[in-house]
Amino acid sequence: MLKVKNISGGYSDKPIVKNVSFQVDKGKILGILGPNGSGKSTLLKIVSGVLKPQDGQIIIDGQTIESYSVKQLAKKMAVLPQLHASSFSNTVYDAISLGRYPHQSGFFSSWSKEDELAVQTAMEQTGVVRYKEHYLELLSGGEQQRVFIAQALAQNSELLLLDEPTNHLDIAHQKQILDMIRQQVEQNGLTVVSIFHDINLASLYCDELLLLEDGEMRAFGLPHEVVLQGRIEDVYQARIATYPHPELPKPQITMLPAKEMQRNFAKVAVGDFRITKDYIEYTAEAPLKVVSSAVHNAGIGWYESFLNRAISPYYDINKVNEETVAFLQQHQFAPTNTVVMLTAVAMNCAEIQAFSSGSCEIVVMVTAGVGNGIDVTKAYLRDEPFHIGTVNTWVFVNGKLSDEAFIQAMITATEAKTKAFAEQQVVDQQTKTIATGTATDSLLIAATQQGEEMPYAGPITEVGKLIGRGVFETTMAAIVKYKQAGK
Amino acid sequence: MNKKYAFAYLVSVVLLLVSVWFGVSIGSVTIPISTLWDKGTDPVAHSILWNIRMPRVILAAIIGASLAIAGAAFQGLLKNPLADPYTLGISSGASVGAVMTIFLGISIPFLGSFTLPVFSMIGALLTMIAVLSFARMVDRTLKMETLILTGVIFSSFLGSCISLMVALTGEELREIIGWLLGSVSMRGWPYVKMIVPFMVIGVVIIWLQRRELNAMIYGEERAKYLGVNVKRSKFMILVGGSMLTGASVAVSGTIGFVGLVIPHMVRIIIGADHRHLLPISLLNGASLLVICDLVSRTIIAPVELPIGVITAFIGAPVFAYIFFKQRRKGGA
Repeated sequence: MLKVKNISGGYSDKPIVKNVSFQVDKGKILGILGPNGSGKSTLLKIVSGVLKPQDGQIIIDGQTIESYSVKQLAKKMAVLPQLHASSFSNTVYDAISLGRYPHQSGFFSSWSKEDELAVQTAMEQTGVVRYKEHYLELLSGGEQQRVFIAQALAQNSELLLLDEPTNHLDIAHQKQILDMIRQQVEQNGLTVVSIFHDINLASLYCDELLLLEDGEMRAFGLPHEVVLQGRIEDVYQARIATYPHPELPKPQITMLPAKEMQRNFAKVAVGDFRITKDYIEYTAEAPLKVVSSAVHNAGIGWYESFLNRAISPYYDINKVNEETVAFLQQHQFAPTNTVVMLTAVAMNCAEIQAFSSGSCEIVVMVTAGVGNGIDVTKAYLRDEPFHIGTVNTWVFVNGKLSDEAFIQAMITATEAKTKAFAEQQVVDQQTKTIATGTATDSLLIAATQQGEEMPYAGPITEVGKLIGRGVFETTMAAIVKYKQAGK
Repeated sequence: MNKKYAFAYLVSVVLLLVSVWFGVSIGSVTIPISTLWDKGTDPVAHSILWNIRMPRVILAAIIGASLAIAGAAFQGLLKNPLADPYTLGISSGASVGAVMTIFLGISIPFLGSFTLPVFSMIGALLTMIAVLSFARMVDRTLKMETLILTGVIFSSFLGSCISLMVALTGEELREIIGWLLGSVSMRGWPYVKMIVPFMVIGVVIIWLQRRELNAMIYGEERAKYLGVNVKRSKFMILVGGSMLTGASVAVSGTIGFVGLVIPHMVRIIIGADHRHLLPISLLNGASLLVICDLVSRTIIAPVELPIGVITAFIGAPVFAYIFFKQRRKGGA
């Protein structure tokens, strides 16, 4: 649809945009990214034809841009520069009908049915029908922007160029406008080239990205090829980290503030754990980075309080979410800052131990209800419903773990737990084989994220060795306590 | 057509007819308008109406219409609600053209009696181009204040040029001073015939750019993206506007603020759609100047005030008001 070949250009002899080439296929969105002053707007001006390139070629639908007249070009390509306030007001309808200008000709060109249809469709697509008779200047920025997009859509052109279409809008309006553009692209085969300030929005909504630096192409490709931590840090001169979008295969970035930013650090010690009849509680002095399969606040996050709660065998598990929040509020815990696990085991059967070697230190807490041990390798033979009976394991690391280290810590802890089951001869009652765990075991790895980063936590790393031994010994002790309590 | 517009046209036409009626019949002696069609009963009254008042009223109407539509077009083109032939210094340019023609006694045989308006127009067009290029040099975005300040600079300079020319001549150009303040008195039918062709052509040229003007209020860049041939359209508007201004100044001297007040009022009432803004401004510009002329010759009769005094009296406060509102809005 649009092919740009080696273009250079700017306002004076010294080009701002240097040797940029890219192409966009029909029905795709290309996002142009780059720091302030990297030549994004200049590039868009050249591609849209208001600025003559000093060198290179722009080909739209197989023809060079020069071969189109102004009107023909407006039929092929609609351009929306950044919003500027106008001193004069028009109604929304009048503003949108201007989009039909290139389709009208002659001195007394009349308004055709086709024109009216295009305006109506554009108004519906952008959801501005109800403002139809309003004056433009009385609308909010987001509404005005939608009107201008409607004006561009009424042009019925196949190619749409946008300069920061969501500038100054709140996230609801940003999403609304980009969703709407995306819909036009997917349903009607519109092709879009848009400048973005926000890397995350660009990555999310664009099929391809072009990264500019000092007027030169730094990268061009799929979002995951362009949005790379090192490259973005280099081009924007800002510390960032990338992470996956929770729903879509699109990379996202987040800023990393200056390292000096003050942050409190916690140090986990056995003495800070509190055991009551109802729960075991540990509250750190500062949030810890946590990976867990807890009942409340599972997954990855930063939390300060940790509860392992004793519940009766008749606890209604179907209402666990509401009940947990109510319980936390009643006991003065912040629901958004507390990780909760549940167990049927009495709290006096809990085992808490600290382990250390050299600079490394961990604290392990285990409650082991092994009454319903299961051999995971034979579990496919079972079809009975779920029984209460849970091993809850907490591993607190005084240190900084990488993402890999968190995952390896979970593997290491699980292997240690399984070994403790074997040592304690916990048997799967159905298969009569040694059990490997129970049906509802939970594991939590938390780290203070302070000090030198530990990249790995496999069994032969310093922290891995501690976790293996610590979880094994603590689980052994917890199983013993549980068995004794049962007698 | 929309009810709102139909009503606006109706009111404007009625207003114009009433103004003309008053303009023709009221004066040092009040004469019923029916005398126009009755030559026999009172030949003197008939002659006053037909040879003195009628051309005067029509001239006022034509000039008011020309200035108002030119103002509306300049404002749309420049996205500047304070632009009008007077504030941009174009009227002064036209005056220089006219005074030079009289001063140097220029008469081009081929143009005949059109020499004066043609030179006025050329003066207007050159001044317009000079003001715009200078303002653009100062500030690429052509901010409202920049443009008006440039207009003031050019007006002052051109005004002193005229004073110089007047001083250099003897008695014969003294009357120019009176003319410069603006008046439609004692012009008669020949002047009406002289100005009509320019007015018609100027109005048609601007009328043909009505949709382009609608696009231009969002900026030249946006207009280009909408498919407007901006260069050609701009040129046409400048030529049309200079033609109307030049011809008006040649006949009646500089009459300020008509082109500012009328389009502004009309825009408040019907909005900025030039398809209607232009004709409705034209009708009301005509009415306004007919009424201003009526006031100027009756308010302290038998002394006659220059019409420019009346328009400035109304126009300057309106100018101040628009400026205040725009600054508060942070617009333009």
